[in-house]
Amino acid sequence: MIPVADQATFADQAMEHMGSLYTAALRMTHNPSDAEDLVQETYLKAYRGFGGFQEGTNLKAWLYRILTNTFINTYRSKKRRPEETELDDLENLYMYKRLAGSEGATAGRSAEDEVLDHITESEVKEAIEALPEQFRMAVLLGDVEGFSYKEIAEILDIPIGTVMSRLHRGRRALQKRLYEFGRQRGLVPEGSPHA
Amino acid sequence: MHDECYEAVEQLYTYLDGELTYERRVVIAMHLAECPPCGDAFEFEADLRVVIAQRCRERVPEGLRARVWEALLRMEQPPD
Repeated sequence: MIPVADQATFADQAMEHMGSLYTAALRMTHNPSDAEDLVQETYLKAYRGFGGFQEGTNLKAWLYRILTNTFINTYRSKKRRPEETELDDLENLYMYKRLAGSEGATAGRSAEDEVLDHITESEVKEAIEALPEQFRMAVLLGDVEGFSYKEIAEILDIPIGTVMSRLHRGRRALQKRLYEFGRQRGLVPEGSPHA
Repeated sequence: MHDECYEAVEQLYTYLDGELTYERRVVIAMHLAECPPCGDAFEFEADLRVVIAQRCRERVPEGLRARVWEALLRMEQPPD
């Protein structure tokens, strides 16, 4: 039995990650109420399983592992399996190649700078949520939370090669979507040769 | 596109992720320093990544922190 004092210290440290966990939970569930439940469930499981946590290992990564497992087992059950979803493999530098060299809507500014400045929070959130689940998780863990390939591999329990493939494909798909948003809002010149 | 440019772009993400070996990293860093088109492209990708990371943060909803603490405290109490 773990002394309660240690568990309380653990809970204190774990609480610091609630903002990140809630962000990921909302992107995964698409629903604030489910996201809150998922976060609460994650903390309860972490607290119960505290004995299995190795001191000195990455607490945040461990919490994410519980979060993603809970999500997969609880919230996803009714949907189709993610393995059925694939993404087209897009070229590297998708956005940059379409923007570089063109003028922005504001005179004297490059289209790249203009688009970066004007991408909104809701566009980023929408673009991430539009990714198929396994790509979305990789992008959230890699680009939003900054986990290493090895950490992502451990959190999602997949090989590092799979992490790289999902992360890189997911990023390119995300770029394409953000680029489309820019076009819709007229931030990207219509005369762009690739458009 | 030169071979060096092609190689650099192929390793764009592993480079930005800091996941390359030191030797590979140095080769690409040197190429970026001497090839402005690749340097600009990498810079754009790095900037875009910052934009994405910053613009999808959520605030913890009011009450959630307290709700989780209460649930944890309930777990500590011995069963009746």
